[in-house]
Amino acid sequence: MTLAVFFGCAFIAFGPAFALFVFTVAKDPLRVIILIAGAFFWLLSLLLSSLVWFIAIKASNSQDLTLQRGLLIFGVFFSVLLQEVFRFAYYRLLRKATEGLAAISDDDGSAISVRQMAYVAGLGFGIMSGAFSMINILSDSLGPGTVGIFGDSQYYFIITALMTLALTLLHTFWGVLFFEGCEKSRWWVIAAVVSLHLLVAGLSLLNPLYEGSLPPVYGITLLMGVWAFFSSGGSLHSLNALCTRRKAEGESS
Amino acid sequence: MADHVENAVNNVSNDGTEVNRHTETTPSRNEVELNGQPPTARPPQVLTDSEEDEDEELTLKYGAKHVIMLFVPVTLCMVVVVATIKSVSFYTQKDGQQLIYTPFREDTETVGQRALNSMLNAFIMIGVILVMTLVLVVLYKYRCYKVCSLCSLYDAHRLFFHPGCRFMFCFLQVIQAWLFFSNLLLLFFFSLIYLGEVFKTYNVAMDYFTLAVIIWNFGVVGMICIHWKGPLRLQQAYLIMISALMALVFIKYLPEWTAWLILAAISVYDLLAVLCPKGPLRILVETAQERNETIFPALIYSSTVVWLFNMADSAETGNNSSHPVPQQENQVAMAPTAQPEDDGGFTPAWVNQQQHQLGPMQSSEDSRREIQELPSARPPPVEDDEERGVKLGLGDFIFYSMLVGKASATASGDWNTTIACFVAILIGLCLTLLLLAIFKKALPALPISITFGLVFYFATDNLVRPFMDQLAVHQFYI
Repeated sequence: MTLAVFFGCAFIAFGPAFALFVFTVAKDPLRVIILIAGAFFWLLSLLLSSLVWFIAIKASNSQDLTLQRGLLIFGVFFSVLLQEVFRFAYYRLLRKATEGLAAISDDDGSAISVRQMAYVAGLGFGIMSGAFSMINILSDSLGPGTVGIFGDSQYYFIITALMTLALTLLHTFWGVLFFEGCEKSRWWVIAAVVSLHLLVAGLSLLNPLYEGSLPPVYGITLLMGVWAFFSSGGSLHSLNALCTRRKAEGESS
Repeated sequence: MADHVENAVNNVSNDGTEVNRHTETTPSRNEVELNGQPPTARPPQVLTDSEEDEDEELTLKYGAKHVIMLFVPVTLCMVVVVATIKSVSFYTQKDGQQLIYTPFREDTETVGQRALNSMLNAFIMIGVILVMTLVLVVLYKYRCYKVCSLCSLYDAHRLFFHPGCRFMFCFLQVIQAWLFFSNLLLLFFFSLIYLGEVFKTYNVAMDYFTLAVIIWNFGVVGMICIHWKGPLRLQQAYLIMISALMALVFIKYLPEWTAWLILAAISVYDLLAVLCPKGPLRILVETAQERNETIFPALIYSSTVVWLFNMADSAETGNNSSHPVPQQENQVAMAPTAQPEDDGGFTPAWVNQQQHQLGPMQSSEDSRREIQELPSARPPPVEDDEERGVKLGLGDFIFYSMLVGKASATASGDWNTTIACFVAILIGLCLTLLLLAIFKKALPALPISITFGLVFYFATDNLVRPFMDQLAVHQFYI
């Protein structure tokens, strides 16, 4: 507990997202706006899914624990589906905005490409999702306490931080893939993204059996990262060029 | 209190950018089309149309930049308020004291009585704000028209030349004195209390002498920056600090239900006051635009101060176009050239006397740079398109921060609610600025943001919080 755990978990969960924000988003005002609007859309989806879950809870017997757990699982899957619906809605909104932006820009094209918007929108979703999952837990970790005093796992905080990191990155990759799929009208890509999101949420249902949830989720994250990289135009050649250019620069300097 | 006068101008305006834009996109014309007044040299119609398209392009292009220019100070203000609420317990303690504007107490027996009391409180508060706004607008509008610009203190000389205005002069001085006094109160007294509470929280010992030196310096520099001239960033920082202090005062002294009702009521009031044809704030903004003046710079956060300074400067010397003013027209992009017949009270004799007493009033690049401490690598701001800024009233800052502060103070969902309200307010501000770019006139900044903020506060606190808590307990991830 206290500061060590707080800073450790905070940096694990938000370090990469913060770095991505600072290096790729912060300098461009348009990207910042798209990021915050993405966060807003995720928030809307969460709001609606919580409303549905809340109604279901109130309409049911609060003493029946298995029913409550079942309703929670239903809430999880419904929320995932709603998030993807709102991602699609955000895609439509951004497409409309791109046309407007292209018309008023003085460059040849729009000030921002759809791929960049996809990345920033995904990052917005991821940051908001991570913030909602993690910040309350972080603020609790500042105070005194013993983790797992009633027999629960001792690794609660670190596992939460790792899962939050995975989800943030996943949302970013899914954003890229989803928009790409919508652009090229490849519906199987969209279906894959949705089903993988459902799979990840389902894997998290295995908690506290962390061996069953964390490694597969990270495997999926890696897979998504590679897929998003190739989908957005990267290639082994460009990676190679990056490395050799760096080596060449290192030699010449 | 400062908030009432500040609320009088809690709207977003781009009046300056509008006038600025006209001048900058048509360098060939040296006249500016003032609102409601046709320029003396009527341009050919073709030029006006293409000029309007150009204007729209430029506006939208810089729209994103303006949004960020407002996001940053609003975020900073909220961060200060939330950080204070979370760490200093003084501002969340209810010690039974209430403001005189909310006399009814909320610790009643029945819920109905409580609701009634809070509605009465909100009603009284909005009534007070309305009355003060009306007084301000009436005084501002119906003063003697021959007198211009109330931004600098030596305007007083001019006023005495017109006998009919000596009476009005007293009222204008009253407004200025009232603003001055309320800022004084905020900068010295409230920040002293704030500092004292922070020291108590962190158990820092400090002697009175050091404290006096710190508060004295803080306050005096603040008064100078806000009411006179100072570096832009410092002025912005002070405006953010006084908004945060005011929001903290509201959070402490307004009872629960009253605070929420006031937030809802004031956004409705703002909407009506700015958009209705006879709304006081609309009259105020239009009058200021007609006279091409600034509205009480101590009440508005501006992302650029350059043109404000030029405006104040040129108002004294440029109004009489028949007088051979040595002011470079091309330097001062905001030069409002009045009709030749109306010398605005600046008889040549008087202007000569001023020139003699105060020296030539030229806004040269060097003097501007000196005063505003601009980095020397930057080109002269008046010629730079990107220096057109956007303005937001301090009342908006106060109410946004008050909403987020209350969310962090009283919500049991804690940080989730705070983050949700924060994002909601920013998105509301973004939408308001988008509307501003489309409609190009002063708009109320409160309604959209406060509505989103309130909706998200209550929804997150009651719906999302139990859901997220359950998910966190089981470590399910969505």
